[in-house]
Amino acid sequence: MSLLEIEGVSRRFGGLLAVNDVSFAVETGEILSVIGPNGAGKSTLFKLIAGFLKPSAGRILLDGKRIDGLRPHTIAARGLVRTFQETTVFREMTALENVVVAHHLRRRGSILAELLATPGVQNEQENFVANAKEILAHLGLSGFEDESARNLPHGHLRALGIAMTLAVRPRVILLDEPFAGMNSEETARAVQIVRGIRASGITVVLVEHDMGAVMRISDRIIVLNFGTLIASGSPAAIQQDETVIDAYLGRADETAAL
Amino acid sequence: MRRFSALIGFALFAAVMLIAVPLALAGQGYWLTVLTTAALLAFGSLGVWLTFSIGRINIAQGAFALIGGYVVAILGTRYHVSFWLSLPLAVLIAAAVARLVGWPILRLRGVYFAMITLSLTEVASLAFLNGGSFTAGASGITSIPRPALLSSSLSIYLASALLLLIGIALAWRFAASPTGAVFRSLRQGEELAASLGIDVARYRLLAFVVSSGMGGAAGAMFAAFQQNIFPTSYTVNDSVNFMLYCFLGGLQSVAGPVVGAFLLVIAFQLLSVIQRFQALLYGIFMIAAMLFLPNGLMSLPQVLAARRHERDAVVPPR
Repeated sequence: MSLLEIEGVSRRFGGLLAVNDVSFAVETGEILSVIGPNGAGKSTLFKLIAGFLKPSAGRILLDGKRIDGLRPHTIAARGLVRTFQETTVFREMTALENVVVAHHLRRRGSILAELLATPGVQNEQENFVANAKEILAHLGLSGFEDESARNLPHGHLRALGIAMTLAVRPRVILLDEPFAGMNSEETARAVQIVRGIRASGITVVLVEHDMGAVMRISDRIIVLNFGTLIASGSPAAIQQDETVIDAYLGRADETAAL
Repeated sequence: MRRFSALIGFALFAAVMLIAVPLALAGQGYWLTVLTTAALLAFGSLGVWLTFSIGRINIAQGAFALIGGYVVAILGTRYHVSFWLSLPLAVLIAAAVARLVGWPILRLRGVYFAMITLSLTEVASLAFLNGGSFTAGASGITSIPRPALLSSSLSIYLASALLLLIGIALAWRFAASPTGAVFRSLRQGEELAASLGIDVARYRLLAFVVSSGMGGAAGAMFAAFQQNIFPTSYTVNDSVNFMLYCFLGGLQSVAGPVVGAFLLVIAFQLLSVIQRFQALLYGIFMIAAMLFLPNGLMSLPQVLAARRHERDAVVPPR
């Protein structure tokens, strides 16, 4: 049984079939990339998996149990967390507060215990703060703990977004364009971070346009075009695939930049 | 350090409210009543402040004050229930109504939520107006028995001051607790919060229910002290005022709604001396506050510090 299974999933917006009968599986511990031209349905697919949209048809299973139709916070509690395309963080909080809040699923205190600030609640919070600092340090954000998130540079914001999802301790993480808008140096660092996430035992699914990074990092790639899955396979196989080249990668003269 | 100075501020405020004011105004029923009003309105707007913390503009507090008031009025006049029992019941019933109503309407955001809460106040008023013999319609319920132990304006004032202090402590603890952090996270991004496993619907309902329970308590106290309640006891204007106290004082700290309520209520009394210009002066005051202190009066020290910084800066800030 695969960790995450997408079975015949479709999503219709009025007359538009944004995702059309897509099936694939994600194995434990792999890095799987979803690529395709703009409007191919990648983001919609992510929203369907993370529960932000309901499929019009098909099933999504995590550990063999259906998660399609569940609400996002329930899916997060089951161990699947997504990041957002934009650099979405809680902007009025400090970097540290952002990551501490993300420990929500591990909170055990009742509201009454919290209002009274019982030793149990205080201990728990101290643990969350310590853990949050560790995660921030791991992602190279050590000096920015008390910096308001709105003041963080773009690259750091994306790292902060990833730090928050790590605090949830997911088993599967969906990264929506983790390398977008980054220069080659930042991308190299981000690639290292994603590899580190996988090394810590978290399965990674990512949507990305940066083909260089995708080819370097992925174990497997699936390709969407007009909502339909047109190919899947290793990076090497995808680069040779005629349909993919026609639909997305382009011919040799155009791919020189890759 | 911040926590420590906040604690000192709270202790000072408590000392003023419970010791200094009673000593200074013991014989002056009028001013004690003014301060009682301010304390109860501040308590109600602390609830509204909590709903601000989840990013919702709540103009329904008048509706819940009405509910709390009618609970005390009906239980007290018809069933001879002690005020001290009907007060917690008023809180629970207001909270229960908020739970029912809040579930669907909290899906709305921004101006849409504000509009529907505003209409809730109107709906509550109409419901009590058309409640037949149960609510006594337009004639309202009068001769509500005085609460046991609270016969003088001083004791009524002390009870209200105590309630306000409890309300401040409650709102403050909420804001400082992990739940308060979750509230603030909702204001800044509900989708992001949901993706981190936060049950958004549950937490925003919690804030609304606590807020409305506080509104119910304020309404219950007012009804018992004034010994009457009418469908028009709280209008849309009152609901808007609960929100204005928060804005005027500032949304950043728990002290905001308290400062806002006391300042506006007292200013209103002082302005009543020059009745003809009251609305004009009131309006100018509010506009000036919004213009120069958009983050509320409590932000005055920061604004002044920024001004000084700006003036002293060698390099002009961006």
